[in-house]
Amino acid sequence: MPSRDALRLAAIVLTAAAGAAGGAEPQRPSPLKSGSEFVSQDLRRLQADDFANPGMLWVTRGAKLWSEPAGNGGQSCAACHGDAAKSMKGVAARYPRVDPAAARLVNLEDRINLCRERNQRAAPLERESGDLLALAAHVAHQSRGMPGAVSLDPQSRPGFERGRTLYETRIGQMNLACAHCHDRSWGKSLLGETISQGHGNAYPAYRLEWQSVGSLQRRIRACYYGLRAEMPPYGAQDLLDLELYLAVRAGGLPIETPGVRR
Amino acid sequence: MVARVQLPAGAKAGEVIEVRITIQHPMETGFRFELGGTPVAKNVINSLLVRYNGAQIFRAEMGSGIAANPYLQFHTVAKESGEIEVAWVDDNGERGVEKAALVVTRA
Amino acid sequence: MGARARRRFISVLAGLAAAPMLPARLARAQQADPFAPLVRKITGGAALRAGRVTVDTPRLADNGHSVPLSVSVESPMTAADHVRSITLLSERNPRPLMATFHLDPAAGRAHVATRVRLNGSQRVLAIAQLSDGSWWSGDAEVEVTESACLDAT
Repeated sequence: MPSRDALRLAAIVLTAAAGAAGGAEPQRPSPLKSGSEFVSQDLRRLQADDFANPGMLWVTRGAKLWSEPAGNGGQSCAACHGDAAKSMKGVAARYPRVDPAAARLVNLEDRINLCRERNQRAAPLERESGDLLALAAHVAHQSRGMPGAVSLDPQSRPGFERGRTLYETRIGQMNLACAHCHDRSWGKSLLGETISQGHGNAYPAYRLEWQSVGSLQRRIRACYYGLRAEMPPYGAQDLLDLELYLAVRAGGLPIETPGVRR
Repeated sequence: MVARVQLPAGAKAGEVIEVRITIQHPMETGFRFELGGTPVAKNVINSLLVRYNGAQIFRAEMGSGIAANPYLQFHTVAKESGEIEVAWVDDNGERGVEKAALVVTRA
Repeated sequence: MGARARRRFISVLAGLAAAPMLPARLARAQQADPFAPLVRKITGGAALRAGRVTVDTPRLADNGHSVPLSVSVESPMTAADHVRSITLLSERNPRPLMATFHLDPAAGRAHVATRVRLNGSQRVLAIAQLSDGSWWSGDAEVEVTESACLDAT
Protein backbone atom coordinates (compact mmCIF):
# COMPACT_ATOMS: atom_id res chain seq x y z
CA MET A 1 0.00 0.00 0.00
CA PRO A 2 1.76 3.20 -1.10
CA SER A 3 2.32 5.77 1.63
CA ARG A 4 0.08 8.82 1.85
CA ASP A 5 2.66 11.22 0.50
CA ALA A 6 3.42 8.85 -2.41
CA LEU A 7 -0.25 8.94 -3.35
CA ARG A 8 -0.32 12.71 -3.07
CA LEU A 9 2.70 13.13 -5.30
CA ALA A 10 1.27 10.61 -7.75
CA ALA A 11 -1.83 12.80 -7.97
CA ILE A 12 0.38 15.77 -8.83
CA VAL A 13 2.06 13.68 -11.54
CA LEU A 14 -1.29 12.82 -13.10
CA THR A 15 -2.34 16.44 -13.22
CA ALA A 16 1.05 17.74 -14.31
CA ALA A 17 1.46 18.75 -17.92
CA ALA A 18 4.42 17.61 -20.02
CA GLY A 19 7.84 19.12 -19.41
CA ALA A 20 8.37 22.86 -19.66
CA ALA A 21 9.05 24.45 -23.02
CA GLY A 22 12.77 25.07 -23.61
CA GLY A 23 13.43 28.80 -23.73
CA ALA A 24 16.06 31.37 -22.94
CA GLU A 25 14.52 32.55 -19.66
CA PRO A 26 13.21 30.48 -16.76
CA GLN A 27 9.51 29.89 -16.49
CA ARG A 28 8.76 32.05 -13.54
CA PRO A 29 5.69 31.54 -11.40
CA SER A 30 3.35 34.49 -11.54
CA PRO A 31 2.90 36.31 -9.29
CA LEU A 32 6.29 35.71 -7.71
CA LYS A 33 5.81 34.83 -4.03
CA SER A 34 8.44 34.27 -1.36
CA GLY A 35 8.33 31.12 0.77
CA SER A 36 7.10 33.35 3.60
CA GLU A 37 3.71 33.46 1.94
CA PHE A 38 3.36 29.68 2.19
CA VAL A 39 4.10 29.25 5.90
CA SER A 40 1.82 29.87 8.86
CA GLN A 41 1.28 33.29 10.40
CA ASP A 42 3.19 32.05 13.47
CA LEU A 43 6.29 31.43 11.36
CA ARG A 44 5.93 34.72 9.51
CA ARG A 45 5.77 36.53 12.84
CA LEU A 46 8.72 34.57 14.18
CA GLN A 47 10.80 35.51 11.13
CA ALA A 48 9.83 39.16 11.50
CA ASP A 49 10.78 39.23 15.19
CA ASP A 50 14.50 40.01 15.05
CA PHE A 51 15.01 38.86 18.60
CA ALA A 52 12.98 35.65 18.68
CA ASN A 53 14.01 34.58 15.14
CA PRO A 54 16.40 31.69 15.93
CA GLY A 55 18.35 32.40 12.72
CA MET A 56 19.50 35.67 14.26
CA LEU A 57 21.65 33.64 16.68
CA TRP A 58 23.69 32.59 13.63
CA VAL A 59 23.80 36.17 12.36
CA THR A 60 25.04 37.24 15.81
CA ARG A 61 27.71 34.52 15.71
CA GLY A 62 28.63 35.63 12.19
CA ALA A 63 29.07 39.21 13.38
CA LYS A 64 31.43 37.96 16.11
CA LEU A 65 33.44 35.89 13.60
CA TRP A 66 33.57 38.90 11.27
CA SER A 67 35.67 40.73 13.83
CA GLU A 68 37.85 37.81 14.87
CA PRO A 69 41.39 37.46 13.45
CA ALA A 70 41.80 34.41 11.23
CA GLY A 71 44.59 32.69 9.36
CA ASN A 72 48.34 33.26 9.18
CA GLY A 73 48.06 37.00 8.81
CA GLY A 74 45.81 37.35 11.84
CA GLN A 75 43.46 39.55 9.83
CA SER A 76 39.74 39.61 10.53
CA CYS A 77 37.12 40.17 7.82
CA ALA A 78 36.62 43.58 9.40
CA ALA A 79 40.27 44.50 8.85
CA CYS A 80 39.61 44.78 5.10
CA HIS A 81 35.85 45.14 4.89
CA GLY A 82 35.15 47.32 7.90
CA ASP A 83 31.51 47.54 8.89
CA ALA A 84 29.66 44.68 7.18
CA ALA A 85 26.44 46.67 7.15
CA LYS A 86 28.09 49.01 4.65
CA SER A 87 30.58 46.85 2.77
CA MET A 88 28.39 43.75 2.38
CA LYS A 89 25.20 45.57 1.47
CA GLY A 90 23.91 44.09 -1.79
CA VAL A 91 26.62 41.43 -2.03
CA ALA A 92 24.52 38.34 -1.30
CA ALA A 93 21.92 39.51 -3.83
CA ARG A 94 24.43 38.94 -6.65
CA TYR A 95 25.33 35.35 -5.84
CA PRO A 96 25.84 32.73 -7.28
CA ARG A 97 28.19 34.18 -9.84
CA VAL A 98 31.43 33.29 -11.66
CA ASP A 99 34.46 34.30 -9.63
CA PRO A 100 36.95 35.84 -12.11
CA ALA A 101 40.12 34.58 -10.40
CA ALA A 102 38.81 31.06 -9.75
CA ALA A 103 37.10 31.07 -13.19
CA ARG A 104 34.19 29.01 -11.91
CA LEU A 105 30.70 29.42 -10.57
CA VAL A 106 30.62 30.04 -6.81
CA ASN A 107 27.90 30.67 -4.23
CA LEU A 108 28.21 33.01 -1.24
CA GLU A 109 29.68 30.34 1.06
CA ASP A 110 32.30 29.46 -1.59
CA ARG A 111 33.18 33.13 -2.00
CA ILE A 112 33.67 33.54 1.75
CA ASN A 113 36.03 30.56 1.74
CA LEU A 114 37.92 31.92 -1.29
CA CYS A 115 38.42 35.18 0.60
CA ARG A 116 39.69 33.28 3.64
CA GLU A 117 42.21 31.33 1.54
CA ARG A 118 43.40 34.24 -0.60
CA ASN A 119 43.34 37.20 1.73
CA GLN A 120 43.44 35.77 5.25
CA ARG A 121 45.63 32.78 4.42
CA ALA A 122 43.18 30.77 6.48
CA ALA A 123 41.89 27.27 5.89
CA PRO A 124 38.45 27.13 4.25
CA LEU A 125 35.58 26.47 6.62
CA GLU A 126 33.90 23.09 6.23
CA ARG A 127 30.77 23.04 4.11
CA GLU A 128 27.60 23.38 6.20
CA SER A 129 29.65 24.00 9.35
CA GLY A 130 28.26 26.29 12.04
CA ASP A 131 30.91 28.94 11.43
CA LEU A 132 30.46 29.04 7.66
CA LEU A 133 26.68 29.22 8.03
CA ALA A 134 27.07 31.99 10.60
CA LEU A 135 29.31 34.08 8.31
CA ALA A 136 27.07 33.47 5.30
CA ALA A 137 23.97 34.35 7.33
CA HIS A 138 25.64 37.51 8.61
CA VAL A 139 26.72 38.61 5.13
CA ALA A 140 23.41 37.75 3.47
CA HIS A 141 21.52 39.50 6.26
CA GLN A 142 23.15 42.76 5.19
CA SER A 143 21.21 42.47 1.92
CA ARG A 144 17.88 41.88 3.66
CA GLY A 145 15.11 43.72 1.86
CA MET A 146 17.12 44.16 -1.34
CA PRO A 147 15.87 42.43 -4.49
CA GLY A 148 17.77 39.39 -5.70
CA ALA A 149 19.91 40.63 -8.59
CA VAL A 150 21.80 37.72 -10.11
CA SER A 151 22.71 38.53 -13.69
CA LEU A 152 23.86 36.10 -16.32
CA ASP A 153 26.91 36.51 -18.53
CA PRO A 154 28.60 34.20 -21.08
CA GLN A 155 30.59 32.56 -18.25
CA SER A 156 27.57 31.76 -16.09
CA ARG A 157 25.19 30.84 -18.94
CA PRO A 158 26.26 27.16 -19.14
CA GLY A 159 25.64 26.69 -15.41
CA PHE A 160 22.27 28.37 -15.72
CA GLU A 161 21.26 26.07 -18.61
CA ARG A 162 22.44 23.00 -16.69
CA GLY A 163 20.45 24.21 -13.69
CA ARG A 164 17.33 24.68 -15.77
CA THR A 165 17.65 21.17 -17.22
CA LEU A 166 18.06 19.75 -13.72
CA TYR A 167 15.03 21.72 -12.51
CA GLU A 168 12.89 20.18 -15.27
CA THR A 169 14.22 16.61 -15.09
CA ARG A 170 12.34 13.89 -13.25
CA ILE A 171 14.32 12.22 -10.46
CA GLY A 172 13.95 9.64 -7.75
CA GLN A 173 11.47 6.91 -6.97
CA MET A 174 8.77 9.56 -7.04
CA ASN A 175 9.90 10.35 -10.59
CA LEU A 176 9.18 14.06 -10.30
CA ALA A 177 10.99 17.22 -11.33
CA CYS A 178 11.25 20.39 -9.23
CA ALA A 179 8.92 21.97 -11.78
CA HIS A 180 6.07 19.60 -10.96
CA CYS A 181 5.70 20.90 -7.43
CA HIS A 182 7.15 24.38 -7.58
CA ASP A 183 5.99 25.58 -11.00
CA ARG A 184 2.77 23.63 -11.50
CA SER A 185 1.52 22.92 -8.00
CA TRP A 186 2.57 25.82 -5.80
CA GLY A 187 -0.27 26.87 -3.54
CA LYS A 188 -1.68 23.34 -3.42
CA SER A 189 -1.63 21.19 -0.31
CA LEU A 190 0.79 18.37 0.35
CA LEU A 191 -0.40 16.68 3.54
CA GLY A 192 -0.62 19.56 6.03
CA GLU A 193 1.68 21.87 4.12
CA THR A 194 1.23 24.28 1.24
CA ILE A 195 3.68 23.86 -1.64
CA SER A 196 5.85 26.95 -2.15
CA GLN A 197 7.33 28.27 -5.38
CA GLY A 198 10.75 26.99 -4.33
CA HIS A 199 12.73 30.24 -4.03
CA GLY A 200 15.95 30.53 -2.07
CA ASN A 201 15.71 34.20 -1.13
CA ALA A 202 15.50 33.49 2.61
CA TYR A 203 18.56 31.27 2.83
CA PRO A 204 20.61 30.53 4.89
CA ALA A 205 17.44 29.93 6.86
CA TYR A 206 16.40 28.44 10.20
CA ARG A 207 14.33 25.38 9.52
CA LEU A 208 12.34 23.97 12.45
CA GLU A 209 12.84 20.49 11.00
CA TRP A 210 16.63 20.97 11.20
CA GLN A 211 16.56 22.72 14.59
CA SER A 212 19.30 24.79 13.03
CA VAL A 213 20.18 27.24 10.28
CA GLY A 214 21.04 25.52 7.01
CA SER A 215 22.08 26.47 3.49
CA LEU A 216 20.04 26.42 0.31
CA GLN A 217 22.08 23.39 -0.77
CA ARG A 218 20.87 21.57 2.32
CA ARG A 219 17.29 22.47 1.45
CA ILE A 220 17.69 21.24 -2.11
CA ARG A 221 19.23 18.01 -0.81
CA ALA A 222 16.19 17.60 1.42
CA CYS A 223 13.99 17.82 -1.68
CA TYR A 224 16.07 15.10 -3.36
CA TYR A 225 15.52 12.92 -0.31
CA GLY A 226 11.81 13.68 -0.32
CA LEU A 227 11.60 12.35 -3.86
CA ARG A 228 13.60 9.26 -2.84
CA ALA A 229 16.47 10.32 -5.05
CA GLU A 230 20.15 10.09 -4.15
CA MET A 231 21.23 13.39 -2.67
CA PRO A 232 24.17 15.12 -4.39
CA PRO A 233 26.97 15.83 -1.88
CA TYR A 234 27.48 19.38 -0.60
CA GLY A 235 29.42 21.38 -3.15
CA ALA A 236 28.28 19.21 -6.07
CA GLN A 237 28.10 21.03 -9.39
CA ASP A 238 24.45 20.01 -9.75
CA LEU A 239 23.53 21.81 -6.52
CA LEU A 240 25.47 24.91 -7.54
CA ASP A 241 23.86 25.00 -11.00
CA LEU A 242 20.45 24.64 -9.39
CA GLU A 243 21.25 27.48 -6.98
CA LEU A 244 22.08 29.70 -9.96
CA TYR A 245 18.93 28.76 -11.83
CA LEU A 246 16.81 29.34 -8.73
CA ALA A 247 18.43 32.71 -8.05
CA VAL A 248 17.73 33.98 -11.56
CA ARG A 249 14.20 32.58 -11.36
CA ALA A 250 13.63 34.35 -8.05
CA GLY A 251 15.11 37.59 -9.31
CA GLY A 252 13.40 40.60 -7.82
CA LEU A 253 12.23 38.87 -4.67
CA PRO A 254 13.74 40.57 -1.62
CA ILE A 255 16.43 38.78 0.36
CA GLU A 256 14.98 37.68 3.72
CA THR A 257 17.96 36.06 5.43
CA PRO A 258 17.63 34.68 8.02
CA GLY A 259 14.31 33.14 7.00
CA VAL A 260 12.29 30.86 9.28
CA ARG A 261 10.74 27.82 7.66
CA ARG A 262 9.10 24.56 8.73
CA MET B 1 27.76 29.87 23.33
CA VAL B 2 25.97 32.67 21.52
CA ALA B 3 23.22 34.18 23.64
CA ARG B 4 21.12 37.31 23.44
CA VAL B 5 19.21 39.17 26.11
CA GLN B 6 16.56 41.73 25.25
CA LEU B 7 15.38 44.42 27.63
CA PRO B 8 13.25 47.47 26.91
CA ALA B 9 15.27 50.50 25.91
CA GLY B 10 14.00 52.62 28.74
CA ALA B 11 11.94 51.67 31.77
CA LYS B 12 10.33 53.68 34.54
CA ALA B 13 10.78 52.62 38.13
CA GLY B 14 7.91 50.38 39.15
CA GLU B 15 7.11 49.38 35.58
CA VAL B 16 6.68 45.67 34.80
CA ILE B 17 9.11 44.92 32.00
CA GLU B 18 9.59 41.97 29.68
CA VAL B 19 12.91 40.12 29.60
CA ARG B 20 13.63 37.89 26.61
CA ILE B 21 16.48 35.44 26.20
CA THR B 22 17.68 33.25 23.31
CA ILE B 23 20.63 30.88 23.49
CA GLN B 24 22.21 28.95 20.64
CA HIS B 25 22.22 25.38 21.96
CA PRO B 26 21.12 22.12 20.31
CA MET B 27 19.30 20.89 23.45
CA GLU B 28 20.30 17.40 22.33
CA THR B 29 17.60 14.99 23.49
CA GLY B 30 19.67 11.85 23.63
CA PHE B 31 17.13 10.07 21.43
CA ARG B 32 18.84 10.83 18.12
CA PHE B 33 21.26 8.61 16.24
CA GLU B 34 24.12 9.43 13.88
CA LEU B 35 24.04 7.99 10.36
CA GLY B 36 26.19 5.04 11.43
CA GLY B 37 23.82 4.16 14.25
CA THR B 38 25.72 5.59 17.20
CA PRO B 39 23.49 7.46 19.65
CA VAL B 40 24.04 11.18 20.14
CA ALA B 41 24.49 11.82 23.86
CA LYS B 42 21.91 13.90 25.70
CA ASN B 43 23.02 17.43 26.40
CA VAL B 44 20.55 20.12 27.34
CA ILE B 45 20.75 23.37 29.24
CA ASN B 46 19.30 22.07 32.47
CA SER B 47 19.50 25.14 34.68
CA LEU B 48 19.27 28.87 34.06
CA LEU B 49 19.38 31.71 36.57
CA VAL B 50 18.66 35.39 36.07
CA ARG B 51 19.89 38.05 38.48
CA TYR B 52 19.02 41.72 38.57
CA ASN B 53 21.75 43.70 40.32
CA GLY B 54 22.72 40.48 42.03
CA ALA B 55 19.26 39.46 43.22
CA GLN B 56 17.67 36.36 41.68
CA ILE B 57 14.53 37.23 39.73
CA PHE B 58 13.95 34.09 37.66
CA ARG B 59 15.10 30.48 37.58
CA ALA B 60 14.39 27.77 35.04
CA GLU B 61 14.95 24.03 35.22
CA MET B 62 14.73 22.64 31.72
CA GLY B 63 14.81 19.29 29.95
CA SER B 64 14.81 17.92 26.42
CA GLY B 65 11.20 19.05 26.11
CA ILE B 66 12.41 22.60 25.58
CA ALA B 67 13.09 23.25 21.90
CA ALA B 68 16.61 23.68 20.49
CA ASN B 69 18.02 27.19 20.66
CA PRO B 70 15.91 27.89 23.72
CA TYR B 71 13.76 30.98 23.94
CA LEU B 72 12.55 32.31 27.28
CA GLN B 73 10.37 35.28 28.08
CA PHE B 74 9.35 36.43 31.55
CA HIS B 75 8.76 39.63 33.50
CA THR B 76 10.29 41.65 36.28
CA VAL B 77 9.59 44.95 37.98
CA ALA B 78 12.09 47.66 37.03
CA LYS B 79 13.58 49.13 40.19
CA GLU B 80 16.89 50.88 39.62
CA SER B 81 19.34 50.96 36.72
CA GLY B 82 21.81 48.16 36.66
CA GLU B 83 22.62 44.82 35.19
CA ILE B 84 20.56 41.80 34.25
CA GLU B 85 22.77 38.72 34.28
CA VAL B 86 21.71 35.40 32.74
CA ALA B 87 23.77 32.33 33.67
CA TRP B 88 23.18 28.76 32.59
CA VAL B 89 24.78 25.32 32.58
CA ASP B 90 24.23 22.28 30.38
CA ASP B 91 24.51 18.53 31.04
CA ASN B 92 28.15 18.59 29.88
CA GLY B 93 28.91 21.16 32.56
CA GLU B 94 29.49 23.92 30.03
CA ARG B 95 28.53 27.28 31.48
CA GLY B 96 27.44 30.46 29.80
CA VAL B 97 26.80 33.99 30.93
CA GLU B 98 25.22 36.92 29.15
CA LYS B 99 24.67 40.36 30.62
CA ALA B 100 22.61 43.33 29.58
CA ALA B 101 22.34 46.83 30.98
CA LEU B 102 18.97 48.06 32.19
CA VAL B 103 18.32 51.79 32.31
CA VAL B 104 15.60 52.81 34.73
CA THR B 105 14.39 56.35 35.17
CA ARG B 106 12.45 57.67 38.10
CA ALA B 107 8.71 57.56 37.36
CA MET C 1 -34.91 -19.29 24.32
CA GLY C 2 -38.16 -17.28 24.27
CA ALA C 3 -38.65 -14.42 21.79
CA ARG C 4 -38.36 -11.72 24.49
CA ALA C 5 -35.19 -13.24 25.94
CA ARG C 6 -33.75 -13.52 22.45
CA ARG C 7 -34.47 -9.84 21.74
CA ARG C 8 -32.85 -8.85 25.03
CA PHE C 9 -29.82 -11.05 24.29
CA ILE C 10 -29.42 -9.44 20.86
CA SER C 11 -29.74 -5.91 22.25
CA VAL C 12 -27.10 -6.68 24.92
CA LEU C 13 -24.80 -7.97 22.16
CA ALA C 14 -25.44 -4.81 20.15
CA GLY C 15 -24.65 -2.69 23.21
CA LEU C 16 -21.36 -4.53 23.76
CA ALA C 17 -20.46 -4.08 20.09
CA ALA C 18 -21.19 -0.35 20.30
CA ALA C 19 -19.01 0.22 23.38
CA PRO C 20 -15.62 0.47 21.54
CA MET C 21 -17.10 3.10 19.28
CA LEU C 22 -17.31 5.72 22.02
CA PRO C 23 -15.73 8.99 20.86
CA ALA C 24 -12.01 9.07 21.61
CA ARG C 25 -12.36 11.93 24.07
CA LEU C 26 -15.04 10.18 26.11
CA ALA C 27 -13.01 6.99 26.06
CA ARG C 28 -9.94 8.88 27.22
CA ALA C 29 -11.85 10.53 30.04
CA GLN C 30 -12.91 7.14 31.22
CA GLN C 31 -9.26 5.99 31.32
CA ALA C 32 -6.89 7.06 34.10
CA ASP C 33 -5.52 10.62 33.75
CA PRO C 34 -2.03 10.11 32.24
CA PHE C 35 -0.71 13.11 34.15
CA ALA C 36 -1.90 11.92 37.57
CA PRO C 37 1.16 10.00 38.83
CA LEU C 38 3.64 12.72 37.84
CA VAL C 39 1.39 15.48 39.18
CA ARG C 40 1.09 13.64 42.50
CA LYS C 41 4.86 13.44 42.68
CA ILE C 42 5.24 17.16 41.97
CA THR C 43 2.50 18.40 44.30
CA GLY C 44 3.36 15.88 47.00
CA GLY C 45 -0.20 14.65 46.92
CA ALA C 46 -1.75 18.11 47.38
CA ALA C 47 -4.95 18.74 45.45
CA LEU C 48 -4.65 20.21 41.98
CA ARG C 49 -7.42 22.59 41.03
CA ALA C 50 -8.23 23.53 37.42
CA GLY C 51 -8.27 27.28 36.90
CA ARG C 52 -6.27 30.53 37.06
CA VAL C 53 -3.73 29.06 34.63
CA THR C 54 -4.01 29.77 30.92
CA VAL C 55 -1.88 27.86 28.40
CA ASP C 56 -1.50 29.61 25.07
CA THR C 57 -0.18 27.54 22.19
CA PRO C 58 -1.20 27.06 18.54
CA ARG C 59 -3.96 24.55 17.92
CA LEU C 60 -1.92 23.17 15.01
CA ALA C 61 1.85 23.15 15.38
CA ASP C 62 4.07 23.88 12.37
CA ASN C 63 6.59 21.31 13.52
CA GLY C 64 6.89 19.22 16.67
CA HIS C 65 10.50 20.29 17.11
CA SER C 66 9.53 23.80 18.13
CA VAL C 67 6.09 24.82 19.34
CA PRO C 68 5.57 28.24 20.95
CA LEU C 69 3.97 27.95 24.37
CA SER C 70 3.16 30.55 26.98
CA VAL C 71 1.57 30.26 30.40
CA SER C 72 -0.25 32.99 32.28
CA VAL C 73 -1.38 32.72 35.90
CA GLU C 74 -3.87 35.14 37.46
CA SER C 75 -2.07 36.62 40.44
CA PRO C 76 -1.48 40.08 41.97
CA MET C 77 2.21 39.08 42.36
CA THR C 78 2.63 40.67 45.78
CA ALA C 79 4.79 39.41 48.62
CA ALA C 80 1.68 38.01 50.26
CA ASP C 81 0.10 36.52 47.16
CA HIS C 82 2.19 35.41 44.20
CA VAL C 83 3.07 32.49 41.95
CA ARG C 84 6.06 30.48 43.11
CA SER C 85 6.50 28.17 40.16
CA ILE C 86 5.05 27.06 36.84
CA THR C 87 5.71 23.51 35.62
CA LEU C 88 5.11 22.25 32.08
CA LEU C 89 4.06 18.64 31.55
CA SER C 90 3.67 16.70 28.33
CA GLU C 91 1.23 13.88 27.77
CA ARG C 92 3.19 12.04 25.10
CA ASN C 93 6.85 13.05 25.27
CA PRO C 94 9.40 10.43 26.35
CA ARG C 95 10.20 12.75 29.26
CA PRO C 96 6.88 14.21 30.46
CA LEU C 97 8.43 16.86 32.72
CA MET C 98 9.42 19.61 30.30
CA ALA C 99 10.41 22.55 32.52
CA THR C 100 9.86 24.32 35.81
CA PHE C 101 10.05 28.10 36.06
CA HIS C 102 10.57 29.69 39.47
CA LEU C 103 9.22 33.19 39.96
CA ASP C 104 9.08 35.57 42.87
CA PRO C 105 6.95 38.62 43.68
CA ALA C 106 9.49 40.82 41.86
CA ALA C 107 8.22 39.31 38.60
CA GLY C 108 5.30 41.70 38.55
CA ARG C 109 3.43 39.41 36.21
CA ALA C 110 3.11 35.61 36.25
CA HIS C 111 3.64 34.99 32.55
CA VAL C 112 6.32 32.85 30.93
CA ALA C 113 6.82 32.01 27.27
CA THR C 114 9.10 29.48 25.63
CA ARG C 115 9.22 27.00 22.75
CA VAL C 116 8.76 23.28 23.44
CA ARG C 117 9.21 19.97 21.65
CA LEU C 118 6.06 17.91 21.27
CA ASN C 119 6.30 14.28 20.25
CA GLY C 120 3.02 14.09 18.37
CA SER C 121 -0.45 15.46 18.98
CA GLN C 122 -1.18 15.69 22.67
CA ARG C 123 -2.35 17.67 25.66
CA VAL C 124 0.07 19.98 27.48
CA LEU C 125 -0.53 20.66 31.18
CA ALA C 126 0.80 23.63 33.12
CA ILE C 127 0.64 23.51 36.90
CA ALA C 128 1.35 26.51 39.08
CA GLN C 129 2.10 26.63 42.78
CA LEU C 130 0.99 29.74 44.59
CA SER C 131 2.58 31.30 47.66
CA ASP C 132 -0.18 29.86 49.84
CA GLY C 133 0.89 26.38 48.79
CA SER C 134 -2.12 25.73 46.56
CA TRP C 135 -1.75 24.16 43.12
CA TRP C 136 -3.66 25.25 40.00
CA SER C 137 -3.65 23.94 36.46
CA GLY C 138 -4.51 24.78 32.89
CA ASP C 139 -4.07 22.82 29.70
CA ALA C 140 -4.18 22.95 25.92
CA GLU C 141 -4.48 20.42 23.10
CA VAL C 142 -1.98 20.65 20.26
CA GLU C 143 -2.13 18.85 16.92
CA VAL C 144 1.34 17.97 15.67
CA THR C 145 1.55 16.54 12.17
CA GLU C 146 4.33 14.91 10.19
CA SER C 147 6.29 16.80 7.55
CA ALA C 148 4.94 16.42 4.02
CA CYS C 149 8.34 15.22 2.81
CA LEU C 150 10.89 13.35 4.92
CA ASP C 151 14.23 15.10 5.39
CA ALA C 152 17.35 13.09 6.09
CA THR C 153 19.84 15.91 5.70
